[in-house]
Amino acid sequence: MKTIKSIIGGAALLLAAGTAALAARTDLVVGVVLEPPHLDPTASAAAAIDEIVYANLFQGLTRVGRNGAVEPSLAESWDVSEDGKVYTFKLHTGVKFHDGTDFDAEDVKFTLDRARAEDSTNAQKQLFAAIDTVEAVDPQTVKVTLKTPQGAFLYNMGWGDAVIVAPESADGNKEKPIGTGPFKFDSWAKGSAVRLVRNPDYWGDPVALEKAEFRIVPDAAAAIPALLSGDVQAFPQMPVGDALSQIESDPRFVVKIGATEGETILAMNNGKEPFNNLKVRQAIAHALNRPEIIAGAGYSEAPEIGSHFSPANSAYVDLTGTYPYDPANAKELLAEAGYPDGFKATLKLPPPPYARQGGEVVASQLRQIGIDLQIIPVEWAQWLEQVFKNKDYDLSIVSHTEPNDINIYARDDYYFNYSNPAFKEVINTLDVTSDPERRADLYKTAQKIIAEDAVNGFLFQLPKIGVWDAKLQGLWENSPIQANDLTEVKWTD
Amino acid sequence: MTAYLAKRLLIGLATLVVASMVVFAVLEVVPGDPALIMLGMNAEPEALATLREQMGLNQPLLMRYLDWASGMIVGDFGRSYTYSSPVIELIGERAAVSLPLALLSLVLSTVIALPVGIFAASRRGRPADTISMGVAQVGVAIPNFWFALLLIYLFAVWLRLVPAGGFPGWNAGLWPGVKALILPAIALALPQAAILARVTRSAMLEVLGEDYIRTARAKGMPRRVVLWHHALRNALIPVLTILGLQFAFLLAGTIIIENVFYLPGLGRLVFQAITQRDLIVVEGVVMLLVASVVLVNILVDIGYAIVDPRLRTRQ
Amino acid sequence: MSIDPTLHENPDEPHFLKTALTDRSFAIGSCITLLIAAMALLSFLWTPYDITVLTVADKLQGLSLAHPFGTDHLGRDILSMIMIGARNSIAVAIVAVGIGMGVGVPLGCWAAARGGLVDEVLMRFNDLVFAFPALLSAIMITAIFGPGAVNAIIAIGIFNVPVFARVARAGALSVWPREFILAARAAGKGKFLISVEHILPNIVALLLVQGTIQFALGILAEAGLSYLGLGAQPPMPSWGRMLFEAQTRMIVAPHLALFPGLAIVVTVLGLNLLGDGLRDLLDPRLRRER
Repeated sequence: MKTIKSIIGGAALLLAAGTAALAARTDLVVGVVLEPPHLDPTASAAAAIDEIVYANLFQGLTRVGRNGAVEPSLAESWDVSEDGKVYTFKLHTGVKFHDGTDFDAEDVKFTLDRARAEDSTNAQKQLFAAIDTVEAVDPQTVKVTLKTPQGAFLYNMGWGDAVIVAPESADGNKEKPIGTGPFKFDSWAKGSAVRLVRNPDYWGDPVALEKAEFRIVPDAAAAIPALLSGDVQAFPQMPVGDALSQIESDPRFVVKIGATEGETILAMNNGKEPFNNLKVRQAIAHALNRPEIIAGAGYSEAPEIGSHFSPANSAYVDLTGTYPYDPANAKELLAEAGYPDGFKATLKLPPPPYARQGGEVVASQLRQIGIDLQIIPVEWAQWLEQVFKNKDYDLSIVSHTEPNDINIYARDDYYFNYSNPAFKEVINTLDVTSDPERRADLYKTAQKIIAEDAVNGFLFQLPKIGVWDAKLQGLWENSPIQANDLTEVKWTD
Repeated sequence: MTAYLAKRLLIGLATLVVASMVVFAVLEVVPGDPALIMLGMNAEPEALATLREQMGLNQPLLMRYLDWASGMIVGDFGRSYTYSSPVIELIGERAAVSLPLALLSLVLSTVIALPVGIFAASRRGRPADTISMGVAQVGVAIPNFWFALLLIYLFAVWLRLVPAGGFPGWNAGLWPGVKALILPAIALALPQAAILARVTRSAMLEVLGEDYIRTARAKGMPRRVVLWHHALRNALIPVLTILGLQFAFLLAGTIIIENVFYLPGLGRLVFQAITQRDLIVVEGVVMLLVASVVLVNILVDIGYAIVDPRLRTRQ
Repeated sequence: MSIDPTLHENPDEPHFLKTALTDRSFAIGSCITLLIAAMALLSFLWTPYDITVLTVADKLQGLSLAHPFGTDHLGRDILSMIMIGARNSIAVAIVAVGIGMGVGVPLGCWAAARGGLVDEVLMRFNDLVFAFPALLSAIMITAIFGPGAVNAIIAIGIFNVPVFARVARAGALSVWPREFILAARAAGKGKFLISVEHILPNIVALLLVQGTIQFALGILAEAGLSYLGLGAQPPMPSWGRMLFEAQTRMIVAPHLALFPGLAIVVTVLGLNLLGDGLRDLLDPRLRRER
């Protein structure tokens, strides 16, 4: 068997060698898990849209770079007034939209006004909430005045939801996106792929790729053969599961395990019996054996977390030891809480493997301290409706992939049903603080409060398992924002 | 004949109307708010309300049914919630994958099954018959998605002869397109071929037992001529029935196979639409499939009537 | 989920015990079926390992003496999973056939007894259900009411109803003109009583054969639904879902996909052989042709 395989493999290699003698390739097929609902990043929170269009098709005033820092994009520079309320952006000259119309300050004003308008369907309206007025001073200058100083304003302007669109084309962006980026939209075969081509009139440095295709490869079952057969050459975030070791040992590919902003948590309904009891939540926290959950979820390595914060962030504190794995202690706490024999509850699991498989492990671990979980798998649609919107759940597992989103614990009516005035106070202070050191301190306090309150079971940071052809360069290893920026990607020989 | 035809058409039409009511009613009870799904996890309530209004989700049920049903008559299936493009366009795009796939596997299964079935019938009771029917028996028992998995790993991953999945689009050329459909077609065709081979064999045996065949043989007609000219022709009726049924089945049955090979066909479209609560798409595709089943049944009935005039009056 | 290829002739009186053991299909089919059923029953009392205890550290082991079929991605023993999975497959298929028979047979008999409008309406209703692609509709039903074994049963069961209604009606129609029925009618028996006392016993054999076939189809359908994640839910193992979970791991552990697949094939094969054997035994005309 082995010999036959190696003979056939050898023949295949010979064939491959014959075609590799050509010049460096300029085409690329990138595998993405989810198909976007449409291609307008200003009209949906779907990460699948940003993963295709961000920085490739659409650009904002600022952008988030590969290391998570805010960088200039369409604005080449900016000034901030003393009181932190007035931002004056200096725009690049000679920028054109893909349909040939000029980009200028009026487009910026249009975009920001549209996003914060009454009838706006922008999914992240709060990004623009601080804006008081937007003024096009001259074609190359935009002045944005805020109601109150906002520490994260430049960062906010770098989100995919804040990319600049033109009044002429904004309404058609869902189907035929028109941006200012280095790639132009070519075609979208629904259910299959979105294709981009190089924008010959790009205002910045030209990109190396002529054609880029984002192919929708929904799960590991499809992704692995697609990678192995060469149909898809790069998976910035590959659903790979247990096949990782096999792919890592294959010299044709490089595997980069980076960080994401995805805090994976065992969400608990803090507003519902018995999870409104701190002791019960602590017991659950003590019953979770993180390394086993991570292995069960199909990751060989992933950073454990003890709170809702990315370990990659400089303000991170390691709180994984707050409630260490200790089933005996967990049982005691349950007994103290009035449940010596445990109780029954449900665990609603959305489709990703980390939830479905990790959920089986969590259920088995909680069963050992007497909590009998009924697993209810739900589609994303049902999850949004039942868990997220109606808060009709006991426990759930989900990864919160938005960057810097610890403030969700301060939201009233969020699906955790958690409410702690002390925590809210910290977040409110954070909102009006721009001194980096003070901000870091506040972030640390925030992390500690929710860790000690055991609001949720904090499991692990979702790793970004990037797998691509060893001859490809320039793909992002981390994902500080949901994006697959192809501007610096090229083939080497 | 005309009266019979008219009756069949009328019944078909009535079936469609009732089916459309059933589909619409059933899907109305599906939990899940399409507007929420479109905006995602961090959607704000105002944005949500605006969108619901824009999508016409606040209208009364009956209005929405009439809108939808009357639209379908003129070919307007509404607009997809998730893709925000007309459903009919989506169906068209996807049918360009599913239809050729279903046809290809139908051809494959017929090409395999008919000769095997006839051959087995002509060798009744001999080892060739026993073996081929044994294989067919196993073929019927194999779940097509399992067979598909084995095919992927053998031909795509191990031997790298064909793509493991996905569809390049017909724009990429005929051959790449067909190449992408080969494995899925085989996976779909095999279990169908097994069923068809068994039906062909028993239909042939039945016909071969008839008096006129015996007479023909007794008159000294060569076995081959009897087999191919007289027996096959008469055995075709049950075979055609199964073929007709199979085509509709294949069209719908591609759901699992299209998921295995992630082909952007009707099956995947409807499966995705169900999970994403894109109900208008589900309704459109289901109605189209129901319509095609009804149509195929009518065609099969007409085929019967042509082949065997006695059946006309019996109905 | 597939099509029943054969139209049934009216069987003569069953006398299969004599010939049962000499019919090859019947002998092999019943052996396999009994074996699978025994395995499922045994799993209630004993399995090699407790599959509710996960030992993730032992995941994806190959075949060994300790784990003859290896372990899955959560370290569970695959042999134990397959044994318990048999329970699930059989239960779903049996109940689904039960629903089909329980509703379909009375409807079919009723249509045959009454004829006329009742018959017409019922048959049109049959056409309506048949016009819905079964798999698609089953997916819709489980997706709407939530995935799970119970909804899978209902979804599969609904599509068994018209099958049994059709078979029962056809069978009953062929019995009604017979002399002993005429005698019973002359004796003043009502249609209902005749249906229960005379028609039903005469079509039982027919229904049994169809039941076996639908049973096999039910197992395939359940596997398909589970494969799509719409069947029985964890921690209850099911063969279809085991295949789904195996799919992503085939390059590291191909045995994961092998055994559940074989379990399905063997079970369905066994049932189909049993069905064929039964038909041969019950339908002398067909037997003559073998």
